[in-house]
Amino acid sequence: MLLGIIIVITVGAFYLIHLLPGDPAVIILGTGDSPANKARLYAQLGLNKPIYEQYFVWMKNILHGNLGTSFISETPVWTTIKSAIPIDLELMVISQILAFAAAIPLAMRSAKRPDGPLDRMLSAGSFTLLSIPAFIAIVLLVLFIAIDLGVPHTGPSSYVSLGSDWIGNLESLALPSFVLAVGSFVVYYRVLRSDLIATLQEEFITMARSKGISQRRIMWRHALRPSSVALLGTAGVNIGGLLAGGFIVQYLLDIPGLGYTLISAIGYSDYLVVQGIVLVVAVGVILINFVFDFIINIVDPRISRE
Amino acid sequence: MSNSYFVNELVEEATTQTTPERKKRLGVLFWICVGWLALNVLGAIFANVLPLQDPLYQNYSIINAGPSLHHLFGTDDLGRDIFSRIVFGSRVSIEVSLGSLLIGFGIGAPLGMLAAYRRGKFDSLLTTVMYMFLAFPAIIATIAVLSFWTPRSLLKIIIVVGIASIPLVYRVIRTATMNIATKDYVIAAKVQGATDWRILGRELLPNVAPIGVSFLLIGIATVITLEGSLAFLGLSVNPPTPSWGNMINESRTILQQNPWLAIFPSLALCLFLLCLNFIGDRLRSHFEVTEGKL
Repeated sequence: MLLGIIIVITVGAFYLIHLLPGDPAVIILGTGDSPANKARLYAQLGLNKPIYEQYFVWMKNILHGNLGTSFISETPVWTTIKSAIPIDLELMVISQILAFAAAIPLAMRSAKRPDGPLDRMLSAGSFTLLSIPAFIAIVLLVLFIAIDLGVPHTGPSSYVSLGSDWIGNLESLALPSFVLAVGSFVVYYRVLRSDLIATLQEEFITMARSKGISQRRIMWRHALRPSSVALLGTAGVNIGGLLAGGFIVQYLLDIPGLGYTLISAIGYSDYLVVQGIVLVVAVGVILINFVFDFIINIVDPRISRE
Repeated sequence: MSNSYFVNELVEEATTQTTPERKKRLGVLFWICVGWLALNVLGAIFANVLPLQDPLYQNYSIINAGPSLHHLFGTDDLGRDIFSRIVFGSRVSIEVSLGSLLIGFGIGAPLGMLAAYRRGKFDSLLTTVMYMFLAFPAIIATIAVLSFWTPRSLLKIIIVVGIASIPLVYRVIRTATMNIATKDYVIAAKVQGATDWRILGRELLPNVAPIGVSFLLIGIATVITLEGSLAFLGLSVNPPTPSWGNMINESRTILQQNPWLAIFPSLALCLFLLCLNFIGDRLRSHFEVTEGKL
């Protein structure tokens, strides 16, 4: 299965170059480029060989950590990608911590009294937030809040790297993390709430109540774990989605992560960088799914026994 | 003794099953949402016939104007009427979402139902292949293909998004069908000698449909959001054709001079999504589809 997935991903990413109309070398380099560059590209992609051999040439290079060298920026593609990955990781960690920290307690409050005033309010609120796409949230946040408050929000130099100034770094990531966190929170809250409501009707909860265990302990020790399988599954998909779908947030707020790099590469027609990022992100998403499958099996061992 | 106990249990089972369910109403808000969506769709279909200003006509004497009687939602930086651009822009969102889901459901749903009903080698082979494609992140695949497959057009967007949605639809429909295919009434139909087509069409389809519709609504909302994101990357329809995403994207550079250009299309898009989500949610609770099943 894993091998199959990897074959699908690599063939998919490899074949992208051949979607370009005409000779890929001409499209990638432009018509007026030097024959030397063209020869280099041909060698790099093995373009004069039959297509299946091209794939093996390309795979061999990748297994050696060589994703090719961009003909636009003249830097190896892997170097470009490597500098962007930590930014994605940081954004993901911050936004997920915020999202879980908000979603778990609020879902518990809601599930305690389904259809109570608090639950109705939170459900309506989460519903509204669910209907606001990230790009609209950013445009409106920038329009109404960020400009007035002086929160750094845009401009090529607004991102500060973690190494140089960590306070400045957190400041520059505040808005994107917030937007991503809200998007994740809404999903987590809704999934956990409905599962908690179902779990709280189980007999072992009634049993725990009759033993006089406090509400708080019932929630955290008895109800949360059996209710969190769907939550973790959703989180795995969602985090993978953030890796792939966070691009719009990065692009709008000039955060030079993978998404931003991908979009600028599309803008410059830097196809080798696009190809490299597609490959890296796809592999990343699969790794994340595997990690979450593993966590789910720990949380609910019954699943692996089935 | 044991007999009466058995009868008692049977009676109990029968009564709990036939207890008339509290007749759930869909509520006024539900119908308001349906009405709003219908209005949007009608507006998109009849945009040419309606007394709207030309969405492409540029009037440089009134650029970046606020809402007025003549221009209900104001004008953009080229003096085009924002209201008519929003009505015409809804066409792109609706066409892309319906078109791509037609592909996704047209191929994914029958395959999913067949696989779940037939099982065996056909099912395990197809499911393995579909899950492999499912592992490939759909958004990144869509962006990648659209950025390489030039020149871009609405039809290409529909095809790419549609194909990307097939494995998702397949998985949802297959899981839903499998739950139903093991129910007593399906087995009863089989025992009575009903043909496969009859079982698929008369027993399985009506029971899978609510889940399918819920998923369809979520899918439409997702595709509309995706089209908006693509517009921001310049991968959606080319300007000057209006789409909600295009308009919001164009408004970014002149946000402070003309906030209306951002606010109205955003509002149109969010309201549309809100209605879709609300209808989906109501239908799910009406048909008792849990969110986990999707």
